[in-house]
Amino acid sequence: MQARTRFMLAVIVLFLLMTGPFLLTALIVWVETEGEARELLVKVLSPHLTLGTLLTAMGFAAGVGVVRVLFRQYVQGLLRMSENLRLMLGANRGFRVQPEGPPEVQQLAVATNELASQRDALMQDVEAQIGRAKASVELEKDRLAALMSELTQSVVVCNLDGRVLLYNNRARAQFRALSDAPGVAGGGELIGLGRSIYGVFERNLIAHALDTIQQRLRRGATQAQANFVTTTRAGQLLRVQMAPVLSLAAPALAAAAESEVVGEAVGGEDAAPQGATDAVGPAGEMTPAAAETAAAAPASERTLTGFILMLDNITRNFETESRRDQMLHNLTEGSRASLANVRAAADMLEFEDLPEEMRTRFRKVVRDEVQSMSQRLDQTANEFADSLKARWPLEEMLGADLVAAAQRRIEARIGLPTKLEEVDESLWMKVDSFSLIQAITYLASRLSDEFEVREVRFRLTAAGRLVHLDLIWSGQAMSTETVMSWELEPMKIEDESSPLTVRDVIDRHDGEMWLEREKVRHRAFFRILLPAATPQEQAEAETYLRGESRPEYYDFDLFAWSEKSHELDDRLLSELSYTVFDTETTGLNPSQGDEIIQIGATRILNGKLLRAESFEQLVDPERPLAPESAKIHGITSEMLRGQPTIDRVLPAFHAFSADTVLIAHNAAFDMRFLQLKEEQTGLRFDHPVIDTLLLSAVVHPNQESHRLEAIAERLGLTIVGRHTALGDAIVTAEVFLKLIPLLAEKGIRTLRDAREAAEKTYYARIKY
Amino acid sequence: MDKKVLIADDEQNIVISLEFLMKREGYQVEVANDGEEAVRRIRASRPDLVLLDVMMPKKSGFEVCQEIRSDPEMAGVRILMLTAKGRDTEVAKGLALGADAYMTKPFSTRELVDKVRNLLEQ
Repeated sequence: MQARTRFMLAVIVLFLLMTGPFLLTALIVWVETEGEARELLVKVLSPHLTLGTLLTAMGFAAGVGVVRVLFRQYVQGLLRMSENLRLMLGANRGFRVQPEGPPEVQQLAVATNELASQRDALMQDVEAQIGRAKASVELEKDRLAALMSELTQSVVVCNLDGRVLLYNNRARAQFRALSDAPGVAGGGELIGLGRSIYGVFERNLIAHALDTIQQRLRRGATQAQANFVTTTRAGQLLRVQMAPVLSLAAPALAAAAESEVVGEAVGGEDAAPQGATDAVGPAGEMTPAAAETAAAAPASERTLTGFILMLDNITRNFETESRRDQMLHNLTEGSRASLANVRAAADMLEFEDLPEEMRTRFRKVVRDEVQSMSQRLDQTANEFADSLKARWPLEEMLGADLVAAAQRRIEARIGLPTKLEEVDESLWMKVDSFSLIQAITYLASRLSDEFEVREVRFRLTAAGRLVHLDLIWSGQAMSTETVMSWELEPMKIEDESSPLTVRDVIDRHDGEMWLEREKVRHRAFFRILLPAATPQEQAEAETYLRGESRPEYYDFDLFAWSEKSHELDDRLLSELSYTVFDTETTGLNPSQGDEIIQIGATRILNGKLLRAESFEQLVDPERPLAPESAKIHGITSEMLRGQPTIDRVLPAFHAFSADTVLIAHNAAFDMRFLQLKEEQTGLRFDHPVIDTLLLSAVVHPNQESHRLEAIAERLGLTIVGRHTALGDAIVTAEVFLKLIPLLAEKGIRTLRDAREAAEKTYYARIKY
Repeated sequence: MDKKVLIADDEQNIVISLEFLMKREGYQVEVANDGEEAVRRIRASRPDLVLLDVMMPKKSGFEVCQEIRSDPEMAGVRILMLTAKGRDTEVAKGLALGADAYMTKPFSTRELVDKVRNLLEQ
């Protein structure tokens, strides 16, 4: 009931209460008196009736006034207050009710304000806690990413289906080496988010290793791991260590599934890191709780949700080891025979009755054998030293970088100026840079403290398989013993001390160190002799170092895949994995001999464009290229010379696009080129195919142009690098991602919906 | 009658010592420089004992040993194998193939002489 209606009612009730008893009394008196008495009554009363009515009206008016005041204060006032309270509840949390009106209402307002303040304090506290939890999750994520990227071991995390959820840079570099066609796809066809690890490893091998882990888990082993060694298709030897990813069965998984996006490909050129940070939010709140429960549960109650593979390419180790075996073998057995000869001859020489001629011959035997043994020993020692270098975790480093780092450290730690003399920029060394720089800094600090050396200089020169690293100073003479005793004392630089001595560090590098003097120039220097790194090792180090410091690739959403149906038709468009591709060709008619000259492709996974995982390859069409076509794609005959032919490129592209849905703009054109090659290459491109041209026509049936540029412009996309295959593929991918929500508005959500809609449009367009 | 000893080894530097040593002990000595020659000479001159090196060109000591032991007429030939390989498995293999004794290089010539004498007196 409206407040106003209630007010009217109250007024009517007041009126009835004020007039009712009087009128009722008058009626009863009227009925009970008769005849003369009634006439008398009228006569007596009628002069006073006006006054009575007047007084009643005045009383009524006063009554209405009182009711009105009460109504304003207690009904309308409270109504106003309740509106303000709603404001406090939602839109404006900082708002407070002004205490006004009668004291009771004021008290109510004060109490309400206090409640609100209490609520705000609680909310702030909760927010602060959430903030802290988020920050710590973020920190852990960063740590994980940093750890992963710094690992010298390759790490790949997969779900139970063998789909890759996470891998580090090292793994990427390693898979490049494993690829059959390293020049073509760069290993991208082997590793990528959502790709199957079974492209690299035999399914049985993984299944067996998982079995082993399961068995160990059942036995309650704390460290359930499995190891195996396998050869890859490219003939490399890999040692694989598998560790399980465990979690609580139902609740944790559900929680993980609810948190929509956990990760994002960080490090793709524009995969917004901001997006990654935002995306982690909801998961961040979820995960710690899940992790806690998982950790609290005993191992037997936890289920396997995936596995971690740690890969070591031991091909080279293996070669080193067998070389070492060979050397050891040569040394022992070769020596046995020689020793036998020497020993026997020596025994013979002891005979007193030995004829002089025989004595000469036995002496020659001893001489010859001892000489050949010495040679063999030298040779073995040389080779063995080479393979010993691999033992310490030494890293390849550009010599000039090491010197620069040492300079920085000496200047920062002990404030001693440094200079460079001759530094060979091309030298690579095999060093443990931390301990080596520590040793150099320590030596410099002793020079500065005890001999008041004002400046040190560096010199770096090659010496065969070795490198001379010289620390030079000039100043007063000092005894060799004093200076060389430094190398036997534990290193101490101001407050920083190490249990190692300089000698330990040098030994660790399999190096040597001594003091030399340049008398003429009144200078002296420490010469540190260190092993140089071989060029082959450099190449690998370079590929590893070239990447950004932290390009990690992860998408934990894929953990949920195993529960989903693999029937693609009913899968949502937003959750499929796609290969978006484009081709450049010599012409428009594949049936008349036109050929592909470039394939470019990129990937979409869980609604994210993975630019970092792309494919781009020029193809030798083995036929002349019409010069005018260069205007369209900018590819000239010279560029195609020496490129692989289509029968080498298609297998790599087929592998790159395995288990995905293909997307192309005007897909029918590109597909026709691919399908015409099926017979030649034996590869069938029978993937589900989506055409962005048709989907655009579904979304905007009334637009005239569905050219890629036109659509991109319509959807507000900026185009960069059009008319290269990869450039077009990326634009197509972006168009597709924009189309997904527009299609959803039209009720097109699954792959089946999209195909059916596209078919309808296709026929509709054909009619014209 | 003097006992006949065949030395089968391709390394001249050991052969020269062994030859001198065996002659000094009063044995008739013949020398073979590879596996095939060893077999030929064993068949031709039936030595009482063969000092047989394992690592030889053309035929290894193991093969020579096996071939001799497969011929019953040669049953009387004692075989003492000499090898630079010190592994137990090889010693076991040599003995299994019919060698009467086995010595690992380097050896003491005194022990060799004792062993040869023992084998020839059996």
